[in-house]
Amino acid sequence: MPKPLPGAIDCDVHPSVPGMKSLMPHLSDHWAEVIDQSGLPDLETWNYPPGAPLTARSDWRPQARKPAANVEAMRVETLDRWGTGIAICNALYGVQTLFNEDLAAGLCRGLNTWLAREWLDRDPRLRGSIVLPVQSVERSVDEIEHWANDKRFVQVLMLVGGETPLGRRHNWPIYAAAARHGLPVGIHAGSSFRHPTTPVGWTSYYTEDYVNQSLAFQTQLASLICEGVFSKYPDLRVVLIESGVSWLPAHIWHLDKFWKGLRMEVPWVDRPPFEIVRDHVRLTAQPLDGPATPVAFGQFMEQMGSDKLLLFASDYPHWQFDGDDAVPDVISPTLARKMQFDNPRETYRRLEETKS
Amino acid sequence: MTTNVVERPVGNKPQKVRPAIADCDVHPLPNSPKDLFPFLSRHWQQHLTEYGGRRMQGPVYGPLYPKGQPEAARLDAWPPGGRPGSSLPFMQKQYLDPFNVTLAVLTVINPHPGNYQNPDLAVALCRAVNDWQIAEWTSKDKRLKASIIVAYEHGAAAVAEIERLAGHPDFVQVLCLSRTKRPAGSRDYWAVYEAAERAGLPVAFHAFGNSGFPISAGGWPSFYIEEMSAHAQSCQSQVISLVIEGVFARFPKLKVVMIEGGFAWLPPLTWRLDTHWKRLKSETPSLTRLPSEYIRDHIWVTSQPMEEPENMRFLAQTIDQIGWDRILFASDYPHWDYDDPDNCLPFPVADADRARMFSLNARELYGAGA
Repeated sequence: MPKPLPGAIDCDVHPSVPGMKSLMPHLSDHWAEVIDQSGLPDLETWNYPPGAPLTARSDWRPQARKPAANVEAMRVETLDRWGTGIAICNALYGVQTLFNEDLAAGLCRGLNTWLAREWLDRDPRLRGSIVLPVQSVERSVDEIEHWANDKRFVQVLMLVGGETPLGRRHNWPIYAAAARHGLPVGIHAGSSFRHPTTPVGWTSYYTEDYVNQSLAFQTQLASLICEGVFSKYPDLRVVLIESGVSWLPAHIWHLDKFWKGLRMEVPWVDRPPFEIVRDHVRLTAQPLDGPATPVAFGQFMEQMGSDKLLLFASDYPHWQFDGDDAVPDVISPTLARKMQFDNPRETYRRLEETKS
Repeated sequence: MTTNVVERPVGNKPQKVRPAIADCDVHPLPNSPKDLFPFLSRHWQQHLTEYGGRRMQGPVYGPLYPKGQPEAARLDAWPPGGRPGSSLPFMQKQYLDPFNVTLAVLTVINPHPGNYQNPDLAVALCRAVNDWQIAEWTSKDKRLKASIIVAYEHGAAAVAEIERLAGHPDFVQVLCLSRTKRPAGSRDYWAVYEAAERAGLPVAFHAFGNSGFPISAGGWPSFYIEEMSAHAQSCQSQVISLVIEGVFARFPKLKVVMIEGGFAWLPPLTWRLDTHWKRLKSETPSLTRLPSEYIRDHIWVTSQPMEEPENMRFLAQTIDQIGWDRILFASDYPHWDYDDPDNCLPFPVADADRARMFSLNARELYGAGA
């Protein structure tokens, strides 16, 4: 399997928050005192059990600290090693699971500040996603406005498993703000744990939870389309991150069918859902949970109907591949190049504004 | 708004050469709950009258999401004076006879009391629905085979009902709804699988039902189109669970049929399961084979509602990947998204594959009696 090309744009890497202590310098006095009093040690979630094989590749898992816990580790393990051009940092830290929206907003501000100071300031190749306190639409919009002028933030970040479906109208101010500032909405695997990870209750095994993530992406994509988000915000881009990709055609065929029979219910959906997806939705292609043979992968790409939808990502430090084989070998050299350069640039317009 | 019902000639092939087909999803419906009273004790008759069948949702009469058409039925499938699916003579004349359906597997989903909140009512009413199926349907038309409706949330009672009817020639499978309270692979349901395996009966999951949880991990959607399409996701969750929680490792002869959840999701889900299970298999040591191998040996899918890609050739590729020996034709008669046997495969299909999907697979799966 091939290495990434020199200068590639890696659309999903995960800097780890070493622990709440690391956020303390970046919190307001009030929230620092609250954290100190409550003794809240850490906000890791069961979305990625800390010891699970998927959560960190063994050679990226140091003994004494979390994986990917500082910019030096990321340089050695990916950026310098592969000659990465740009890497987009998606911080996964369980701020979305909190029930207190004030606390969530305070910690999101600290988390985004930490990302700017400890990562983006320290390596010019890094870009960031604005983590939103999804518990409150108003505060999410505040967070977007706070960071919007820092062009190193190239998207906003939400989780696929929330409290109400992402397309619901009360969320629309978030999309309006994102569209206004040219920020795609990144939706990452993971849950706020307001609901089970399946439509049929809580699972017995983590493996089920992780595989079920793609189903949450399916229903959220249906929500965004059916509620009319893309009709209302024609410039909005949505990036599905760590979603898997192979499910997309079958899911949209299903939705396309019911759209033909039930479109009177959602008249603002004025063209077949697959057309909307091709114009508005992108997916990171790690993990590539798709067909492992070149023939079946070729069929899959024909079904996708566009070579613009997939974005290269390493998903560092999650264990999705071994060695330097970040580009699955079913992907043709032409497509691999598009995924590593053209498609990310076309998706994340801000990358042009921050060219160094 | 007025809706015009287009009169179409039934079938486009002359009757004489029409091959016999098997339909694995046909929905009979009682005209009123009182149709079931002859099969219920006075206590449960009174209970139904007073309290009804409470089922983890707000609306008493309608579904959670208003449907696209009344009773989610074809507008031309209402028999005089009755609800769609309530009249055997009408069903024979409109559907079974002209299409030469020689095996119709009945799937009663309204009511399917399996997830009613009152456990004793669920058990009594399942039993009543089963007895009603014999009295009003299978005893009157030998082409009809019934599914044993079970109170799947109440394992011991479900087992007793399976054992009561096991060996009855009119019943060919055990039927659950797909929206269970826990994922289908959970140990809560293993007694049902054990009893079904012992009786040599496949276990079917028909889309719908109420789990008490949103159909999306992201909460309750707004529209019927979302709920309807999300049944594909709930069926996928069940396949994931059945495989990962070790049901097929534990019950090697068990056969599972996923009904009315679509099917094009099965190949990508299989790839995804293999990909991630290889990484995480230390969690599930009871699995001795790849998820794809369990799926290939244990899962059947019905054909309706058939996905509609931009190029129908893609659907042929999908069925090739699933295997033409694992797909069962289903019309969903008399519902609005009914698939017409003559027109539902709009791409060239080899005669042998067509015969498997429209007849042989069902007859093999459901046994000699079918």
